[in-house]
Amino acid sequence: MADKRRSSRPGVNLARRKALKSLATGIGVMALPAPQVSASVWAAFFQKHFRELSRDDLERVLARLEKTCQEEYGRSVTVKATPPLDGVRFGYGLDLSRCIGCRRCVHACVAENNQSRHPQIHWIRVVRLQKDKGIDFDHAEHYYDPPQVPEEGHFYLPVQCQQCDRPACTRACPVQATWVEPDGIVAIDYNWCIGCRYCMAACPYGGRHFNWEKAVIPAGELNPDMHYLGNRPRPVGVVEKCTFCIQRTREQPGRYPACVEACPVGARKFGNLLDPKGEIRQLLEHQRVFVLKQELNTQPKFFYFFAT
Amino acid sequence: MRRRTILILLMTLGTADAAGSGVSSLAPAAGESRFDQSSPLYRSAIAPPDLSEDIFPCSNCHAEIKPDLRRRELRDEHGAIALRHAAGQLWCLDCHHAENRDTLRLATGESLPFTESYRLCGQCHGEKLRDWQSGIHGRRTGHWNGDKQYLLCTGCHNPHDPQFKPLTPMPPPERPGRAVH
Repeated sequence: MADKRRSSRPGVNLARRKALKSLATGIGVMALPAPQVSASVWAAFFQKHFRELSRDDLERVLARLEKTCQEEYGRSVTVKATPPLDGVRFGYGLDLSRCIGCRRCVHACVAENNQSRHPQIHWIRVVRLQKDKGIDFDHAEHYYDPPQVPEEGHFYLPVQCQQCDRPACTRACPVQATWVEPDGIVAIDYNWCIGCRYCMAACPYGGRHFNWEKAVIPAGELNPDMHYLGNRPRPVGVVEKCTFCIQRTREQPGRYPACVEACPVGARKFGNLLDPKGEIRQLLEHQRVFVLKQELNTQPKFFYFFAT
Repeated sequence: MRRRTILILLMTLGTADAAGSGVSSLAPAAGESRFDQSSPLYRSAIAPPDLSEDIFPCSNCHAEIKPDLRRRELRDEHGAIALRHAAGQLWCLDCHHAENRDTLRLATGESLPFTESYRLCGQCHGEKLRDWQSGIHGRRTGHWNGDKQYLLCTGCHNPHDPQFKPLTPMPPPERPGRAVH
């Protein structure tokens, strides 16, 4: 019945389809950058996905990012796109019996990774838990601010991106702007992210953060050593998170992440999971490690333990 | 004043650079990343202090003093040192060598330079020594796949009062709503 009616009025349908098409094109054109904006905005708008960029394209993109960053902050910066190292899969260990909740890691991370000061973004959140309740996030508090730490009856658990092997966030992304790199780092292409925040909803660890406004970073505090997938200043409307300090660690020799070096009690451990004699494998073999929310099978590469 | 500077000397000697200068920053060969004092990976972050008028070896005084091996509380000197380690079970000459005060003493009687103080600590804290050697205990800085700095035990723990002291935490995150700017 319906088919019969539709086929009897082909002209109407065609006309409507045409009208819809032209309307969509019109709206699409309106969404393009205005013709008077600078060439770099056009270039950024038509940039391909990071993993589909040719070598020449990538060089142009990096040069463009360096130029816009220099214009904005008045400082010379380097934006790298160092590829993953062969035979490396990063792992992280955190000794909860050492951590005293001093937040040195949080603020070292902010400085290293050019996080926005206003509105404030922290990639690491230290939660205070109660010793008699154990790891029970119903009793977690992250605004604690006593004169001195550690406090009686409490322990502290820093949370950041857990760099999962089976991440919920990457599968939630409708445009594949986030993915697991061969060295295990969960990366985000800030230029491909559409800002839908599905990944933030999917992440069970609260590891992802959204740029609601233009990031405010004092030019004097800008870290000029940048990576495309890491600490380059992020545009408004994209998601960001811990990258295991990709700009430091993905080098030969690669430095420890900023949080590892900042920790005054040596609670933070970092290394290559594929190196049987490395500190992370030693840790996995000699300590009883656990991951957060194991029941979700996200398979984090961030291991917590209570050393003796 | 003098007493305090001697104490500083002892603690910083403990973190002296055992590998010396001129260490290459080459990446470790396979299997080299475990603790090995002869490895270029073995570095310490704090160089020993230059000897000056206020910082001098223990032997400057102790060379002329006949060691008194009787276990006792020191009243005339070293008053700044409050020994809060192993709840009264230890005293000075359990760790400091009686004959040569510029060295430490193992339980066997063997003398030990301050740069190898971890062997002394490891006599009681064996599992910590094992963890420290494999990189699980203690703070490391530098490069995860290259030249890195280990701190000796005394880099973080005052050997006379080893418990880690409380710290002032850095500011908490702002609450949502951003009422304060």
